[in-house]
Amino acid sequence: MTLDTVKHATETPDIDQPWAELGLKQDEYERVREILGRRPTGAELAMYSVMWSEHCSYKSSKVHLKQFGEKAPQSDALLVGIGENAGVVDVGQGYAVTFKVESHNHPSYVEPYQGAATGVGGIVRDIIAMGARPIAVVDPLRFGAADHPDTKRVLPGVVSGIGGYGNCLGLPNIGGETVFDACYQGNPLVNAGAIGVMRHEDIHLAKASGSGNKVILYGARTGGDGIGGASILASETFDEAKPSKRPAVQVGDPFQEKLLIECTLEAFAEKLVVGIQDLGAAGLSCATSELASNGSGGMRVELDDVPLRDSTLSPEEILMSESQERMCAVVEPSKVERFLAICEKWDVTATVIGEVTDGDRLEIFWHGEMIVDVDPRTVAHDGPVYERPYARPAWQDALQADDANKLARPADADELRAQVLRLVSSPNQASKSWITGQYDHFVQGNTVLAQPEDSGMIRIDEDTNLGVAIATDGNGRFTKLDPYTGAQLALAEAYRNVAATGAKPLAVSDCLNFGSPEDPAVMWQFAEAIRGLADGCLEMGTPVTGGNVSLYNQTGEAAIHPTPVVAVLGVIDDISRRTPIAFADEGHLIYLLGDTKEELGGSAWSQVVHDHLGGLPPAVDLGREKLLAEILISASRDGMVDAAHDLSDGGLIQALVESCLRGGKGARIVVPDGVDPFVLLFSESAGRAIVAVPRSEELRFNDMCGARGLPTTRIGVIDGTEIDIQGQFSIPLSELKVAHEETIPAILA
Amino acid sequence: MTARPSPATAGGDGPSGRGNTRVGVITFPGTLDDRDTQRAVRLAGAEAVPLWHRDKDLKQVDAVVLPGGFSYGDYLRAGAISRFSPVMETVIEQARAGMPVLGICNGFQVLTETHLLPGAMLRNNHLHFICRDQKLRVENANTSWTAEYEAGQEISIPLKNIDGRYVADERTLDMLEAEGRVAFRYLDTNPNGSLRDIAGITNEAGNVVGLMPHPEHAVEPLIGSGRTDGLGFFTSILKKLVNA
Repeated sequence: MTLDTVKHATETPDIDQPWAELGLKQDEYERVREILGRRPTGAELAMYSVMWSEHCSYKSSKVHLKQFGEKAPQSDALLVGIGENAGVVDVGQGYAVTFKVESHNHPSYVEPYQGAATGVGGIVRDIIAMGARPIAVVDPLRFGAADHPDTKRVLPGVVSGIGGYGNCLGLPNIGGETVFDACYQGNPLVNAGAIGVMRHEDIHLAKASGSGNKVILYGARTGGDGIGGASILASETFDEAKPSKRPAVQVGDPFQEKLLIECTLEAFAEKLVVGIQDLGAAGLSCATSELASNGSGGMRVELDDVPLRDSTLSPEEILMSESQERMCAVVEPSKVERFLAICEKWDVTATVIGEVTDGDRLEIFWHGEMIVDVDPRTVAHDGPVYERPYARPAWQDALQADDANKLARPADADELRAQVLRLVSSPNQASKSWITGQYDHFVQGNTVLAQPEDSGMIRIDEDTNLGVAIATDGNGRFTKLDPYTGAQLALAEAYRNVAATGAKPLAVSDCLNFGSPEDPAVMWQFAEAIRGLADGCLEMGTPVTGGNVSLYNQTGEAAIHPTPVVAVLGVIDDISRRTPIAFADEGHLIYLLGDTKEELGGSAWSQVVHDHLGGLPPAVDLGREKLLAEILISASRDGMVDAAHDLSDGGLIQALVESCLRGGKGARIVVPDGVDPFVLLFSESAGRAIVAVPRSEELRFNDMCGARGLPTTRIGVIDGTEIDIQGQFSIPLSELKVAHEETIPAILA
Repeated sequence: MTARPSPATAGGDGPSGRGNTRVGVITFPGTLDDRDTQRAVRLAGAEAVPLWHRDKDLKQVDAVVLPGGFSYGDYLRAGAISRFSPVMETVIEQARAGMPVLGICNGFQVLTETHLLPGAMLRNNHLHFICRDQKLRVENANTSWTAEYEAGQEISIPLKNIDGRYVADERTLDMLEAEGRVAFRYLDTNPNGSLRDIAGITNEAGNVVGLMPHPEHAVEPLIGSGRTDGLGFFTSILKKLVNA
């Protein structure tokens, strides 16, 4: 068959091309022809189709995402913002931290183990590509109903995949969440976050500059796995005799990735790298076009030099392959030998596949003939932009009118007690240690806090005790009730969680999981959530440094709950001041910080007891959140509290149970006069936390809160071996422990 | 537990006569806990010397630690490939001549593959990776790596593995018991189905010790499990070498 060269494409303008099978729309294909002034070659068509896909081009979300830039708060901390592989934040003492959350939702449903594993692999390569050593991962997960048969297929595979890959990479898994809801049936959300640390001067960017510099592809060999859509294989343009329809889900090799990390960091340390890009979605198409378009010149690539796993791959397939554990570096000619020697030391295959040129074209050759000749910017940056129609759904009013505050409440103290036990043993509120116990959280020897603490915390300097903290949160139920508020509640909760451990929140990354953008109702949820998050970040002073959008999380007409997952990164000057959640010291006083209102819409109680979703989510007061965070951080720094736990889903009682079980001590709680015990225990009002205050610090703590205007209520004392809500009921810790810890193993083990 | 010795006095002159006691830490491709182990060695007051799998030269170290991880991805079988690496030739030779060698987790698996220690590790009986703080009893406090503990002492150090189930034939197990070569036993719960609750063993001479739990993750009060129960492994070796 004829190789579809640029020359051939010019000579045969009218050949039918498989643009539709590759996912391009007619007008998009016409636009490619217009850009090139001719029809694209097969290889060019492959590149444009993957780079202009929703996943790579953000064509439906771009118009909304730009708010994160337009509304960005002034922040001295931001060193690298949106658009690079990951954002970079200054954490002081010359250190910079990079972090990001991404989704691997669809692959994880098809093949849970590999989907989740390669999700970890991909986010970690984004971190390395910034010049940083990865120091931790987190995994926010959402599955269908806990007792649904398919959850038993998907969840154990996802957990094994995250553990199998992350544990083998030597990255402590320090946080994340696991949420069950029937809306995620068939559309589990497998988000993966990673953090890396470097010195300021070591920040690397994805750009190819300096004519004559070499482009080196290193890591795994390129195979036929993960070829986007795989439809190109089925098209008649190509040889039908060879293997086709390979899996669209990639297969990961964590051992190869571990070697890739070490050899990349060694090359960084010797200052051998001008620019770098990982190969993730869209593989070489993405890496070459992004490196070239971000740099000053053009690029020439000899595709024959790409090391292959399968010698029968066509050039189009090589360009589209998403084989894992590959990176692309731009290196000065004089340093190539040393770079290759480092790769050899780590047994990593490395090959010069091209060089940076003076021009402004990306030129790709196969068997000596030019098969791609494009302006790389048109591939990487000038993709289509859609202003998708959006409209508040007709059902939104009815949903909000279905007020959860009017649901039947427990009639007496016995029923209240029974509902507490139901709540803490429900899959969403139960201990997730069966899951997190399958992740290594000790490796690297710097883990200060890990799940089930409010945030994960890692020491980054052994001499000064500087550390960073990260928390991820998102509540699809709240966001469904009110997308704008729901997104802000996710931000507020993650912010609060970071502050509760004593760290100062600095910056935000997000993973926005929604249904189909072609549904105006979903698009409205998306637009509202972004508006809420962007407004929230501006008010909180925490810039969004980057993130990820995952759309089309829906089966048929049924979309998932809109689920923006927000990651907040914080810094703590001295990790010895960190605050754990455990109530460990008898006699210390328990204070409830913030105001408790009657807010049950979207609450865990309404779900567990009434299987209900309706009304309005808790109100957000971001000013209050900031004040609460300042108090928590000051109290931690000055030793005024020795435990703190944020209040979120499940309300006060959930937090009390978790803190008591963690510390192995009970609590005596006095319901303040005039307060409804049910509301006190189950309401999910935002902007609240509980703290344990040593008696010797009580005066000082109260003075501080009073002076700064934060309402506090002394609700009890750490004492005994039961949680005793005085005048209502008491439950022994042993009974709570069984209720809280045995649910998940009983369902999944 | 042993207090942290001050580095100024604890190191002393190693038997090599070149100042501080030098403890080598091997990095295989896929080793994960090498930096953590180097840190633990330093905290104990010795000098940590990185050793590379391709290099037969042990750089005149006084003792060697094989740290945890997934060497060569644990493909084929945990420890099966590392056992043939150049550095292991020298380690086997030196271990037979009496050099203290500690294998942690994947390092323990490598030691059984080399037959410096008997038995083998199979997949955990529940088939899951497990990461937890694990209670152990020190059964033998006379080895090069346990001299700072008391026999019968209970310690808690992190455990994290998927291939941690220690097995050997009955005759070997009886021999290990009879000769006091079971160095550590799991307490409270057996986390992986190891026969006779064995968490770690020693060779006959007491210089080679292997265990599945990770003492290097329990050396600082603020980090990891928040305990320092594992530091004794590394101070033991100092004491042993300095007094030798």
